[in-house]
Amino acid sequence: MNALRVFWLSWVLNLRLLSQSLFFVLISVFQPVIFASIAFYMWRAGGREGTLLYVSIGAGLMGMWSATLFGSGGLIVWQRWQRTLELLVAAPPRFVVTMLPFTVATASLGLYSMVATLAWGRLLFDVPLHFEHPLMFAVAVAVTVLGLGVLGLVFASTFVFYRHANAFSNVLEYPVWLASGVLVPVSLLPAFVEPLSWVLAPTWGVRAMRDAAFGGDPLPELAACVALTLVYFGLAWVGAANFERLARKHATLSLT
Amino acid sequence: MAVVEAIELRRLYRTATGTLRRRKLEVEAVRGIDFAVERGELFGLLGPNGAGKTTTIKILVTLLLPTSGTARVLGFDVVRDTREVRRRVGFVFGGERGLYDRLSGLDNLRYFAELYGVPPREQRRRIAELLELVGLAGRERERVEGYSRGMRQRLHVARGLLHDPEVLFLDEPTLGLDPVGARELRRTIAGLTAAGKTILLTTHYMFEADALCDRIAVLSHGEIVAEGTPSELKARVAEGRVVEIEVFGVAEERLDALRRLEGVKSVAVEEREQAQVLLVQAEMGVEVTPLVLAHLDGASVGRVSYREPTLEDAYVALVS
Repeated sequence: MNALRVFWLSWVLNLRLLSQSLFFVLISVFQPVIFASIAFYMWRAGGREGTLLYVSIGAGLMGMWSATLFGSGGLIVWQRWQRTLELLVAAPPRFVVTMLPFTVATASLGLYSMVATLAWGRLLFDVPLHFEHPLMFAVAVAVTVLGLGVLGLVFASTFVFYRHANAFSNVLEYPVWLASGVLVPVSLLPAFVEPLSWVLAPTWGVRAMRDAAFGGDPLPELAACVALTLVYFGLAWVGAANFERLARKHATLSLT
Repeated sequence: MAVVEAIELRRLYRTATGTLRRRKLEVEAVRGIDFAVERGELFGLLGPNGAGKTTTIKILVTLLLPTSGTARVLGFDVVRDTREVRRRVGFVFGGERGLYDRLSGLDNLRYFAELYGVPPREQRRRIAELLELVGLAGRERERVEGYSRGMRQRLHVARGLLHDPEVLFLDEPTLGLDPVGARELRRTIAGLTAAGKTILLTTHYMFEADALCDRIAVLSHGEIVAEGTPSELKARVAEGRVVEIEVFGVAEERLDALRRLEGVKSVAVEEREQAQVLLVQAEMGVEVTPLVLAHLDGASVGRVSYREPTLEDAYVALVS
């Protein structure tokens, strides 16, 4: 019960913290326009199969992934800089439990990115917003948010030890867009990318959303996304415990 | 049983400098210290910057692993029983950071109350009590970014007390506070001891340790160089006297030479505008003034005066 209360309060507080950051608000306003434009022009230039909504959903997921990735990386850096990281580590709950609501909150803001990308697509490029199973689409988005949030937690657990690991997170933005097939079908990419795509929650998330939007059955993809989320959580659990210990050993919890 | 125990505690930091030619450096911040704090005691770790005070506290609150040795809090090993220790201790680090600036003081306290498992029914009452205790009642709904340094520090103390810990670690809590704010905070700390809390406090202010602590351990270069009650430490320098010599532009090498003179216990320097004041502590019955002045030959010497040693002198003698 207490864990749920901690989760809820931390989630609300982090949303409040992020929404008070001018930089974050500006990024949130402009990024969906950029992603919606990329999706539209790629669709027009590529002569690809499928509707414009198909590409627009992929663009929305790009925003969700970016928000999660930078949110999780920046979160630890910012907490270390604020000197609150030590307070969180030294609190009684396991660090992974303390951090989860923070990373899910950043992924939740990615939800806004999805909505904004679809809205800009509708307003600027006349993308039709017709969903065959709107409820399943909403479920698919929620499950994807959770999957991304927990994937962010895996990254965050390593950032506790490595002071500059967030630089690594910048490098991960485009490869994951590509490998999870949000814009370009994975079948067009080299063969080794496909097995990689299977272990990425966004791959299954975007497929589930597209199935829900176009009348397919999203349940298998949703199940895969949930299963991966559980695996990520296990990794984050083990990772956080070990990296926290390493951080205490090598004195990397604070800046000095 | 001691509430806080350190046995042969050591902590080594490994760093590296240079880009192409990496040079590894090792700094031993804590060098095999032993001390014990009894229940209800206010124990001070006193020492200059870099003496190992913060490192010791960070080991005790489970933020750092010791390189070797043992540390126990309430009988729990800080390495093995991390979660047990974390549940039972509170800690406050000095300085402005360590709070969520964009949130209100109240939100900061609510969040940490949840983290420390304060039952929801008790939270409101507990937070109100603590805000009253630290003098922030009525300001709790303002964002922390608008708080003064003193207010932030008092909010830190309130945060550290949310779960009513048995043991409280305070790392330089009055750092950077104005005299009035520092005095108020010292009054709060004294009140906590009166309420039966066991407190380990670090400071580099001798008068603060003297005013608050039941016992003091003086740390210098990672080692405990003296331990005892404030009166016992004062007694160490009660004999002898201090010669104050006003000089101008005396180099560090010459000070080292003075420290080696027979009959000189310690030499400290105070900068006063353009002048330096040498505080030379002499052994009982030894007249060192002519010898010291002879060694200052060539330097511009001003007023020379004598006084009885203070607690500050005891501290300077110990850490020099």
